[in-house]
Amino acid sequence: MAEMKDQRKTTVQRPRMEVEFAGLRLRNPVMPASGTFGYGEEYSPFIDLNQLGAVVTKGLSLRPKAGNPTPRIAETTGGMLNAIGLQNVGVEAFISQKMPFLEQYHTPVIVNFFGNTAEEYAEVAARLNDVPNVAALEMNISCPNVKHGGIVFGTEPQAAHDVVSLVRKRLDKPLIVKLTPNVTDIRVTAKAVEDAGADAISLINTLTGMSVDVKTRRPRLANQIGGLSGPGIRPIAVRLTHQVVQTVKLPVIGIGGIFRAMDALEFLIVGARAVQVGTANFVDPNAMSQIITDLENFCIDEGIEDINDLIGTLQL
Amino acid sequence: MKNYKTIVLSNQEISPGYYRMQILAPGYDAQARAGQFVMFRVQRSLPPLLRRPFGIFRTGFLAPDCDGMPPKEFIEIVYKVVGLGTEIMQDLHQGDQIELLGPLGRGFDLGPPDKEKILVGGGIGLVPLYMLAEKLENKAKSRLLMGGRTRDDIITVTEFERLGVQTYVSTEDGSLGEEGLVTQVLKRKLQKYPHATVYACGPMPMLDAVQRICADHNAPLQVSLEALMACGVGACLGCVVKGAGHSDETPRYLCTCKQGPVFNAEELDWRRLDEPQQDCGGCR
Repeated sequence: MAEMKDQRKTTVQRPRMEVEFAGLRLRNPVMPASGTFGYGEEYSPFIDLNQLGAVVTKGLSLRPKAGNPTPRIAETTGGMLNAIGLQNVGVEAFISQKMPFLEQYHTPVIVNFFGNTAEEYAEVAARLNDVPNVAALEMNISCPNVKHGGIVFGTEPQAAHDVVSLVRKRLDKPLIVKLTPNVTDIRVTAKAVEDAGADAISLINTLTGMSVDVKTRRPRLANQIGGLSGPGIRPIAVRLTHQVVQTVKLPVIGIGGIFRAMDALEFLIVGARAVQVGTANFVDPNAMSQIITDLENFCIDEGIEDINDLIGTLQL
Repeated sequence: MKNYKTIVLSNQEISPGYYRMQILAPGYDAQARAGQFVMFRVQRSLPPLLRRPFGIFRTGFLAPDCDGMPPKEFIEIVYKVVGLGTEIMQDLHQGDQIELLGPLGRGFDLGPPDKEKILVGGGIGLVPLYMLAEKLENKAKSRLLMGGRTRDDIITVTEFERLGVQTYVSTEDGSLGEEGLVTQVLKRKLQKYPHATVYACGPMPMLDAVQRICADHNAPLQVSLEALMACGVGACLGCVVKGAGHSDETPRYLCTCKQGPVFNAEELDWRRLDEPQQDCGGCR
């Protein structure tokens, strides 16, 4: 029996899972979404970080950030709301305390970052540009611009363009810009970001939502509103990914409610070059590992030799 | 600390709205410490989306089904039906598949065995205290104060008594034991045993009162906190509490799941534990 098994193994050709874009080379297209995987170390007892396409860190700011009061999370049907408030250790503590752990692995490290002003964005990017083992930066533009009445950078195409241009000037590493879905037409933002010099686009960040405790009649989050994630938002994310892929030439990373390999495949088929898994990590610390295995098995079953042959093959 | 699929061994209502579930759980008897918790996931069901945290009531071994088989290692959790997740859990039966992540978090520090110990539990807060009472070497010097709104909230009394721990019951409506709050009993006990260490778990207002009483008596206190959490491993940052020395300028948040759920009282900022604070929001 064991012999037969071994024989079968040698006859099955493992598909090529490697993807390349924006100067990045990933062993497979699966990585965590920022904020759902800590700084990598938190999940290392459960998942081998060397299995992943990349590690994406929690969003970092120039100085440490406290985050919001509690309650910060609320479960909804098919999803969860969060208003963590971007709590993080700050870029310096990340470099000195968190980066050495990630450097033990052979997996590219993508550092997510944000700022309260355009200058702050540029400063964090410049600091991370000097860190040799950071493979790329992912820029969260879903933050309010405190200098301009708190309007979210990512919802104003001009503001998005300006902040990305400013960062671009200070950064040699690949720059991924993560888009917010809370806009009228995401294609406009995507275009603005492309024109400003981004190397790739990731989408979507969470959708703003609200939930009310009917007994206390208070919002279920202390922050009142929060970001909705989870399987419930996936069709919206697939639609937006499709629209952005059709609009820009930049490579796109698809994000939104991916829980299984089948979910990841939807994004790849509409044209995403890679995917990020978020809320699923909370539910199952082994989720990404399972998704990677199942993606491979899907390719074997479908006779696909290279996962890149699947990307952007949507039939219309 | 592991995650695996396993099965329910039993699931019984022990008091109106309170259930006790036994789960097949290899590895837990040797690893789990009093005060630790598990993240529980109902299999093949969505909702609930997120796992639920539960304090470990106890661990143990069941006699094997037949000779020569190894004994079955289990954990027990006790839960109160409060919402969607626990409503689904109450319908689980023997053999149903679930997923267990744990044991997680920091447990109780048992301290020197010769010292007087006072355990204070309110309602479902009694759960982690059982394993603590079980592990305390000198049970004759351990006292358990059980509090609840009504007699229905006084759960697993017999189990505690069987351990040889002296138990004192109080209910707010007087339906069982002394009428009033468990904290009144604590004040009396601390006068009698001024050098006792106090261990407490229960609703926030109770813990707040316990903390003030212990501070007045200079009694060391360990509290086990409950919090909403998504991951249980320190990644989501949903379950934070304000630590001692917290301020807007020098924020100090502690993860209930990882730095707790058991904290020494002096690690926490009791003045600001529930105080709202404004910051950027809407994004993770």
